[in-house]
Amino acid sequence: MSTRIMRPREWADPPRPVTREVLAVQPDAAPTAPPVLFVPGFGQGAWVYAEHWLEHTAGRGFPAYAMSVRGHGGSGSAGKTTMRAYVHDVTQVAAGLPRQAVLVGHGAGALIVAMAMARYPVKAGVLVAPVFGGPFAAVAAAARNPLGVLPALVGGRLRPRRKQLFSRNLPVEEQKAYLARRGRAAARAQWQLIQPGEPEEPVGAPPVLVVGSPDDRLVSRGDLERVARRYEGAPLLFPGMGHDMMLDARWVEPLDAILDWLEKTA
Amino acid sequence: MPAGIVRIGEIAVSDESARHADPGRPATVRSAPQSAPSVPAPRSGEVAPDRVATGTADRTAEVSDRGDAVCVIGAGGSGLAAIKNFKQYGFDVDCYERETGVGGAWNWRHERSPVYASTHLISSKPFTQFPDFPMPDDWPDYPHHSTLLTYFERYADHFGLREHIWFGTEVVKVVPTSDEPTTTWDVTVRGVRGGALKTLRYAAVVVANGHNWAPKLPRYDGLDSFAGTVLHASAYKDAAQVRGKRVLVVGAGNTGCDIAVEAAQQGAKCWHSSRRGYWYAPKYALGKPADQVNDRVLGMGLPLRLRQWLFHLTMRATVGDLTRFGLPKPDHKVFETHPIANSQLVYHVGHGGIVPVPDVERFERNQVIFTDGRTADPDVVVLATGYLPRFEFLTPDLFGADERGRPSLRWQMFGPAHPTLSFAGLVQPDGGIFTIAHWQTELAAAWLRLAETAPERALKWWTRAAEPGRRYADADVKDSSRHWLEISHWVYLKALQRALTDLTSGKVKTT
Repeated sequence: MSTRIMRPREWADPPRPVTREVLAVQPDAAPTAPPVLFVPGFGQGAWVYAEHWLEHTAGRGFPAYAMSVRGHGGSGSAGKTTMRAYVHDVTQVAAGLPRQAVLVGHGAGALIVAMAMARYPVKAGVLVAPVFGGPFAAVAAAARNPLGVLPALVGGRLRPRRKQLFSRNLPVEEQKAYLARRGRAAARAQWQLIQPGEPEEPVGAPPVLVVGSPDDRLVSRGDLERVARRYEGAPLLFPGMGHDMMLDARWVEPLDAILDWLEKTA
Repeated sequence: MPAGIVRIGEIAVSDESARHADPGRPATVRSAPQSAPSVPAPRSGEVAPDRVATGTADRTAEVSDRGDAVCVIGAGGSGLAAIKNFKQYGFDVDCYERETGVGGAWNWRHERSPVYASTHLISSKPFTQFPDFPMPDDWPDYPHHSTLLTYFERYADHFGLREHIWFGTEVVKVVPTSDEPTTTWDVTVRGVRGGALKTLRYAAVVVANGHNWAPKLPRYDGLDSFAGTVLHASAYKDAAQVRGKRVLVVGAGNTGCDIAVEAAQQGAKCWHSSRRGYWYAPKYALGKPADQVNDRVLGMGLPLRLRQWLFHLTMRATVGDLTRFGLPKPDHKVFETHPIANSQLVYHVGHGGIVPVPDVERFERNQVIFTDGRTADPDVVVLATGYLPRFEFLTPDLFGADERGRPSLRWQMFGPAHPTLSFAGLVQPDGGIFTIAHWQTELAAAWLRLAETAPERALKWWTRAAEPGRRYADADVKDSSRHWLEISHWVYLKALQRALTDLTSGKVKTT
C-alpha cells in the first residue's frame, strides 16, 4: 500500500465550505507542546470535550482545541454530507492551527481522524474507543441494540443506549442530559460507516495510540485490538468505563495517559 | 542595447521600470541584512567537526561534513516542500536562501520576484496547494499573490521549517564527490553581500531555485534606437507603469495577457502582439473553476481526442470564435501548449481596449512595425517573453543540458546520473507547481531513505528509472523554449505515482 497521489475526485469536486465550530483553551505559559485537536464522533459536537478534557489538556501545557464536523454542534451544514466532507473539515481545522497538530478522535470520529491522517501529516494520532465500522461491526452493533441501529439503514438516526455510553459511576441525571444533547450524523456518512474498507495509511508515519475500555459496550475489546494492530501497537485499556470516555466519571484517567504518551512521543 | 536599459548579467532591466518597481530599492543591489555568510555548524557526534574531506573538486578547500543531511537550494514554495518532506523522512536539512524571507518568486519583496501588484493564481486551490496542507475554505478559488505568500509563511511556521533555512546565503557551486549514482555533494556557499566561501558536504541536494527569474529576451532590429521605454515583464510591477500610456505587450503567455488586460483598463491604448493563436480558456466554466471541470472530465478516463473535442466545444460555447475578434486562429489543438487562463482578454478585445497584432518585425525610432505591415506607436513596450531556467552553480552535464541549455532529467526531477541530485518544481504544469513539487520531493526523500535502509533495492529502482528528457504531456507539445518544462499534471503525477509505488511497495526486488 503506497501513498495515493491521484485524487481526481478531490481536485474536481472539493467539499462545500461550511462555518466550523472550534473551541480553544490555551495554556497559561507559552506552549512548547504541539496543539491537540479533539474530534468528536457521530452525533456529538465540540461540547463533549469542553466539559472536561479541553481545560485539563491546556492545564498540562498543550494548546487544546475541539471542533464540530459539519452538521454537528455549532458548525454549519451543507447538503450531501459524506465521510469525505468530515475528513475535509478536520484537515481544514488542523492545517489552520499554528503548529503541526496532534489529532484525537473518539468513536466514529476516530475513523474520521484515521482517514484525515492520510491527508495531513499529524504530529501524532490518538484513537479513543474507535468505531471503524464495516459490515461485521454493523451486524454486531445491530444485535446488541437493534432499535438504535437498524433505523440507520434507512437513513434514520443512530441511537446508542445510555448504558453503552456511560458507566454506573456517572449520575443518571448527567447521563440523561448528555444523551439529550446528542444530534445525528448525515445519513450518507452513517451508510458509509457500514461499508467494507479500511482507512488509507497515515502520511509521515506518525505514532498512533489506541485507547479504550474493555467494558465499553459499543466497541468490543476485539475491535480495539484489531484497530491497534493496524498501527502496530496494543490498546491502552481503562476498565470500568463506558464508550464516552471524555464524559464518564473517571474521564481524567484516559486523558492523563494520552497526555503522558504525547509528552514522550510527540 | 537601447539607452535606457542597464545590463545585469543576462538580465536586461530598464532603469525606468526599476524605479517603478520599488522606489526605495536600486535594481541591482541587494539589501540583505546579514553580510557574513551564516552557515550551519557541522554535525556533532560521530562526525568530526570541520574535518578535511578527501576527493573534493577543490582539494585545498576545507569541507565540513554534514553527514546524511540534505541541502535544499531556495526557500520558495518548492524548496519549502523539500525541507518539509525530507524532514518528515527523518533527514536533517539545510536550506540556503538568497533573500531574507520565504516564498521565492511569490514574495514581491524579493529582487527576483516576477509578480506584479495584480498577480492572481491561474490554477484554482485544489491544483495549487500542498496536498497535505489545504488552503483555507474561506480563501477565494484563485488567491492573490500576497495570499499565496501568507500560505507559504503559514506552511513554514506550521511545520517548523524556518529553523532549517539560512537566509541571506547563496549557493555558488555544487560538485559531486564521486561518479557513483549515490554520490555525496560538496556545496559551496557565501553570504549574498560577500564574505568568505564555505564548503559543506551533503548526502543529497535539492535544487529549487525557481525558473521564472532569468528573463528571456528576443532580439529585434532597431530595438536599440527605439525612443520609448522597453521593459521585460519581470520589471512590470504595477499598473502605474502603464497608466495613461500607449502600451505594446509582446507575448501571449499568462503574464502577457494579464498585463495586456491591465493596460486596456489603465492605459490610453493597448496593442497585444502574439506569434501564434492561443486558446484563451476562461477561469470559470459551468459555474466552477475551469480546471476543476477539466479534471472531472479527466477523471472519467476519456481519450485525449474526445477531451480535445469537448474542450473545443466548450470554448465555442463560452468564448466563441476568436478570429471574429481579430485574434489569430490557434494553430494547434488544445493541451498542446501551456493553457492560458484569462477570462478578460477576449472581453477587452471585444471592447476595443486591446488591439491584437501579430509578431513584431522591427522597431524604428518612433514606431513598431508588425509582420503584417501594420504599425503602432507605443510609449511603453512590455516584453512578456518568458524566462529561461538557470543553474549557475551546476555544470551543464549534471542536469543533462543540450547546447541550448534545455535540462534533460529523469522523471523531470532527478539528475540524469544521480538520484541524490533532484530538482523541485522545475515544471510548467497545466495547474499549480506546488502540488507537484510536494510529490517530487516526497519521491526524492523516499529514495534517499531507502538508499540507507536497503541500498540494493534503491539502486535497482534507479536502474529502471525513466530515461532522461521524457515528456509528460498527453498531447504533442510544441518544441519552443517556452514549452521546455511543459507537463500535464495528470500524466506527470501518474508517472510519479508509479515510481513512488514501485519504490515503497517492495516491488523492487534485488534478486
